[in-house]
Amino acid sequence: MSDAPLLAVRELTVRFGRTLAVDRASFELWPGEVLAIVGESGSGKTSLLRAVHGDLPADGGRVHYRLDDGALVALDALPEPVRRQLARTRWGFVHQNPRDGLRMSVSAGGNVGERLMAAGVRHWGRIRAEAVEWLRRVEIDPARIDDAPRTFSGGMQQRLQIARVLVTRPRLVLMDEPTGGLDVSVQARLLDLIRRLVADLGLSALIVTHDLAVARLLADRMLVMQGGRIVEAGLTDQVLDDPQHPYSQLLVSSVLQT
Amino acid sequence: MNEPVLIAEGLSKDFTLHLQGGVRLAVLRGVSLTLRPGECVALTGPSGAGKSTLMRMLYGNYLPGGGRILVRHRDRLVDLAAASPREIVAIRRETIGYVSQFLRVIPRVPARSIVAEPLRAAGKDAGTAEREAERLLARLNLPERLWSLPPATFSGGEQQRVNLARGFAYPYPVMLIDEPTASLDPGNAAVAVALIQEARARGAAIIGIFHDADVRRAVATREYPVMPLAAAA
Repeated sequence: MSDAPLLAVRELTVRFGRTLAVDRASFELWPGEVLAIVGESGSGKTSLLRAVHGDLPADGGRVHYRLDDGALVALDALPEPVRRQLARTRWGFVHQNPRDGLRMSVSAGGNVGERLMAAGVRHWGRIRAEAVEWLRRVEIDPARIDDAPRTFSGGMQQRLQIARVLVTRPRLVLMDEPTGGLDVSVQARLLDLIRRLVADLGLSALIVTHDLAVARLLADRMLVMQGGRIVEAGLTDQVLDDPQHPYSQLLVSSVLQT
Repeated sequence: MNEPVLIAEGLSKDFTLHLQGGVRLAVLRGVSLTLRPGECVALTGPSGAGKSTLMRMLYGNYLPGGGRILVRHRDRLVDLAAASPREIVAIRRETIGYVSQFLRVIPRVPARSIVAEPLRAAGKDAGTAEREAERLLARLNLPERLWSLPPATFSGGEQQRVNLARGFAYPYPVMLIDEPTASLDPGNAAVAVALIQEARARGAAIIGIFHDADVRRAVATREYPVMPLAAAA
């Protein structure tokens, strides 16, 4: 494990009108680490994720990222083309709804190949071969490569979205409720897939989830958010088994045991 | 060589139950314990005295209320009670193993991979890790046809054997072992006892909860009583 964080978020603040959606959130993410952000709807966890990604303008604070050359830079200080290049290649965003992350009328192979092309790969044969390899890795039959994702099930679409994001070998992946809206059996398959890919590729990941079991399965550390603020942070099993903050205790005690 | 590998000093633990009007439960006070390589300390005391709470604190799973937990990690003493989550992750990967009573089943992950996982995390290649996993599963008499199945549907005893195999796969210098034989038949309990004795022989320092008196006599080098606070007061 490296001693330098890949991502350092400092006092990040997001307002919607007079509402504080994210209130001075600060945390670090190290290489190879999975960090879960948990909380109920409206706690600000998705806003925090989107602000880190730059989709929501920050009303205060900064996001620092370690470039491949080791330099820690403030993202808002980078020229726009450099930021866009980062987003296309070194960062990935997995949306809760695969429709937001895929182009539904483009073939499965095209969806994966498109991101490679955006990253500068031009050789068609190589793009096709990588697309086949990634469909296989996310357990989609490569025979479906020319089918459009609208003909896929929800679970397949989500796996295709993950293939599209991972094909450029990003260092950092942000996921917004990646298993939300899926049947339980489909969720289990997707979680197992995410768990293996994150470990095999040595990815750093920031995962927003309202599901504490997802956090326990995937994350090394977790943040608990309430009303836009991070109210507790720590080792995943410690926060889940010995929560300190009243809101964390409420969250943990509200889960049905099976 | 026989330097302590774990020193607990003045450990205490309270639980504050915010959902019950902030009531405070005092569970442990002034727990001090030194552990050297090759020792196996059995925690004794009645149910509810805080034995499992103490074990969980020593693993960083429960936050200590006070005191220090010095652990020899990469040749220096680190205070687990003050360590960052990332340091605790590293300590758990290389230094402290925890064999709980219950297996945490991961959907779709076969028994063999669950057992091999600590070795993979410590950097062993997949082949070596899986061979070692199979050796342990065979030793604990888990039928070979179960190795490639996820243990969700296994019996309690089968799950506990998977859990034991996982716990003993990596040679941790410090091991925390909670009721290793609770749901095992006598034959497999004997294997568990042998695994603990072999771990001691290689120099592991062990703290355990062993309710079975025969098992305790067979593995423990001494006992540490954990008394309920009301009774101790």
